[in-house]
Amino acid sequence: MSEAAVPASNANANATEKMASLVREAENLKTKLEEERQKLNDVNLSNIAERLEQIAYVNIKPRKVLKGHQAKVLCTDWSPDKRHIISSSQDGRLIIWDAFTTNKEHAVTMPTTWIMACAYAPSGNFVACGGLDNKVTVYPITSDEEMAAKKRTVGTHTSYMSCCIYPNSDQQILTGSGDSTCALWDVESGQLLQSFHGHSGDVMAIDLAPNETGNTFVSGSCDRMAFIWDMRSGHVVQSFEGHQSDVNSVKFHPCGDAIATGSDDSSCRLYDMRADREVAVFAKESIIFGVNSVDFSVSGRLLFAGYNDYTVNLWDTLKSERVCLLYGHENKVSCVQVSPDGTALSTGSWDYTIRVWA
Amino acid sequence: MVTMNSEADKTQATNASSTAAPAKTDCSSSNSSDPLAVAIPEPQSANATTTATATASTNTTVVVGGGGAEGAAAAGVVVSGTGTPSPTPLPNGSNNGSGSAASPAATGTGATVGTTSASQPATTPTTAPTSTSTPTVAGAKTAAATTTSPSSATTSSTAAAGSKQSGTSGGLLTVSGNHHHHHHAHPQQSAAGQSAAQPPQPPTASALAVPSASHHQRGGKNEDAPNILVYKKMEAIIEKMQAESTGVAVRTVKAFMSKVPSVFTGADLVAWILKNFDVEDVTEALHFAHLLSSHGYIFPIDDHALTVKNDGTFYRFQTPYFWPSNCWEPENTDYAVYLCKRTMQNKTRLELADYEAENLAKLQKMFSRKWEFIFMQAESQSKVAKKRDKLERKVLDSQERAFWDVHRPMPGCVNTTEIDIKKAYRRGGSSHGTGSAGASLAKNPVEQLTRIIALRKQKLERRTIKVSKAAEALVAYYDQYNEFDYFITSPELPNPWQTDSTEMWDTEKNSKEVPVRRVKRWAFSLRELLNDAIGREQFTKFLEKEYSGENLKFWESVQEMKALPQSEIKEAIQKIWQEFLAPEAPCPVNVDSKSVELAREAVNSPSGPNRWCFDVAASHVYHLMKSDSYSRYLRSDMYKDYLNCSRKKIKSIPNLFGVKR
Repeated sequence: MSEAAVPASNANANATEKMASLVREAENLKTKLEEERQKLNDVNLSNIAERLEQIAYVNIKPRKVLKGHQAKVLCTDWSPDKRHIISSSQDGRLIIWDAFTTNKEHAVTMPTTWIMACAYAPSGNFVACGGLDNKVTVYPITSDEEMAAKKRTVGTHTSYMSCCIYPNSDQQILTGSGDSTCALWDVESGQLLQSFHGHSGDVMAIDLAPNETGNTFVSGSCDRMAFIWDMRSGHVVQSFEGHQSDVNSVKFHPCGDAIATGSDDSSCRLYDMRADREVAVFAKESIIFGVNSVDFSVSGRLLFAGYNDYTVNLWDTLKSERVCLLYGHENKVSCVQVSPDGTALSTGSWDYTIRVWA
Repeated sequence: MVTMNSEADKTQATNASSTAAPAKTDCSSSNSSDPLAVAIPEPQSANATTTATATASTNTTVVVGGGGAEGAAAAGVVVSGTGTPSPTPLPNGSNNGSGSAASPAATGTGATVGTTSASQPATTPTTAPTSTSTPTVAGAKTAAATTTSPSSATTSSTAAAGSKQSGTSGGLLTVSGNHHHHHHAHPQQSAAGQSAAQPPQPPTASALAVPSASHHQRGGKNEDAPNILVYKKMEAIIEKMQAESTGVAVRTVKAFMSKVPSVFTGADLVAWILKNFDVEDVTEALHFAHLLSSHGYIFPIDDHALTVKNDGTFYRFQTPYFWPSNCWEPENTDYAVYLCKRTMQNKTRLELADYEAENLAKLQKMFSRKWEFIFMQAESQSKVAKKRDKLERKVLDSQERAFWDVHRPMPGCVNTTEIDIKKAYRRGGSSHGTGSAGASLAKNPVEQLTRIIALRKQKLERRTIKVSKAAEALVAYYDQYNEFDYFITSPELPNPWQTDSTEMWDTEKNSKEVPVRRVKRWAFSLRELLNDAIGREQFTKFLEKEYSGENLKFWESVQEMKALPQSEIKEAIQKIWQEFLAPEAPCPVNVDSKSVELAREAVNSPSGPNRWCFDVAASHVYHLMKSDSYSRYLRSDMYKDYLNCSRKKIKSIPNLFGVKR
């Protein structure tokens, strides 16, 4: 009994010792890193942006309300044609809208509720979606009956699928999941082309880098980190920390050299990849609810952020000021997205509606 | 006392039976599975012995698996009793109450720790005497302190209940015991500790176990759960609002023939927010107030719709006991007792609203078999209520009502207690599945730390530029693109969304003329040029003229290949290799030998070529085009002519419109 206990306690002590040394090392590295980055932190972004004129007024109003879901809208995506929107909801339905006329063109019922993600293929001929079923399913956009008949399951995670995008091709889908991984799938065969391990929490959002090769993407996770991944190797090439809670949303700046994040810590942040650090925090004392979704305007100057407090805040990313607030939704704003040509903003909410602002 | 105890006993037994069911299945809608429960026999007697021993040891840690009768898979939840005495006794010394007062003990166990409800009924009578020995004053006095940090309140109540063992039937099921006693027990207790003249804030929180807080606490992640984060922030604000001199003025208003205790007006509240927060305007202040209300921290004194108006409407603060951070997930039986009780109190202000009457009818149908017990419980609570001071009763009744307005909101109102299923799922609190892989990783701190260390090392090795440089680049990007940002600069043609005219899209689709703004954009970067179909066409022509078209062709072929389905990749790779890179390639590209070697290795790799095998070569070619052909294209007459051409056309457009109009 005691013989067995002694090595056990030794092992325990060793483990504790090892942990302590790891914690020390991590802390030391952090301090060193902060020192290094501080050396190059010569000025604030907002100082550089002083020469720009203030955005005094943004003429943005609610233009369309899309009503038809019978439960929370969880995700929306603009069609490449700039006027259609696909939405997925807790009611287990996928609706394709002509947002311009507010007509529903297709509605598909999924065998699962809580469809957390949906995405248009670049051709506009397919949509991918999934959620609590842990799967990503592809539907061709044809008649309703055919859509349901021709659906195909492309990939399966071991936990819910939280986000999906088509990376420059109808033939591949990139997904993020509650199993803390991301995965790249071959649509035709369902083959896993690459998996991305590294997060220690649920992956909540992904976005493809807007560069010419399309080989990198960013992910945000409940481990409070945002990672830049190389699709080819499956490795993290850059990482950003700073958020105090779950990172719910990540988006590339249109220039491709920076990312914006939205978090449950009720702040949005701008990280520059060249400077390899946070360059701006968008927060206010009076904003206490979490951010679910962010997106940039075409010039990268405006950041639209959807909050759990039912509002959308417009941030001036360069001056780090809030430009205005968009009221209208009556429950949490789950998703925001600027249309492909930058003419409008779509917002989806737990109030069952989707709104288009311009 | 004895009779009352037995009554309570009976009532509790019912509740136990009601909740011994598989408990909740949907965390978001928190509708209990009570109907199922009716069918389950009461396993009460089996536990009598267990509980008797357990109650004696308030300070010990008791781990009992299984929960006896239930025969459940013991989840082995450890409850450590930290020495907090058992719940507060009944203030007004009514017999009725003693039964109820004891209930928090039993309930707390069930709720917080997930005891099999089977073991609870027996606890109640035994606990009761013990608990009466706790002085009420302590409860009342410490109330404020305890409740400001709900977590500690939770701990103590867990401890109070901690003399009980727990054995949940599987980690996922929240076998929430008969915790509904809580809400009702509370007003009875607070009656003593609180005089009507006081603001309604301090109830005897020390006595109150937090029901059904279950998952979060069991996971030990309660504190950083996203919804808790927000609750904490709201509570800090509410505290400021309640500060004696700097807060919102709370008063008792004399109305005709009666008094309205402890209220403030919506206008005062909004003014306070405007003064104390960095909100922009009244609209934002009002919205902020609305959120505080819809989450149940403040409420209109006679309206089920939890919202705030900027006028003389009266509002009241919710007692911390009822704050949502206590993770209430009240059961339908609780709701039934509450509604039932309201029908017994012959007061206009307590009359049921239409939707409540409907709910009551539904619940009565649902719980028809145990309605007798629900009724009895409601009756005993009602009796206690009648003995209370009038003003106090007004306050407490309204707070209880507001609690239910949060948890069973009026149709058309938002249920703010619903949490994102992704978050619930992760914290293992959902019945939809266990915690994710992330959770298991979190359990391996060594691996996690090693990962963080590796990432930080990677960051240290990285060469970076000055923030000023990065900032300049971001500002420059804006300078370049602001005229294309329709939220900042109006487009030439009216925005379809603003005017309901699709002219802008139609012109883009049909017109052969390329607007000058678009052509200008080609000069921003090679990427912009290639992203535009017409731009790419122009550039291709230019390269052909220069006899260097193969570079772009190669680059395009590689991009196209990357987009192919996996089944066609191999063939496409061979084709590209043969056409551009192989020694005898008909269309050789100018790539350095190193890139060619890398490509050759990749193409012939034993594991088969992958879609990224030409990436190094393609990126080499891209940079070649960018630094050489692209800059020459921009300086070429071809581009200048095209630009001027579209410029002229653009100029003529306004004139045309002028004529038309």
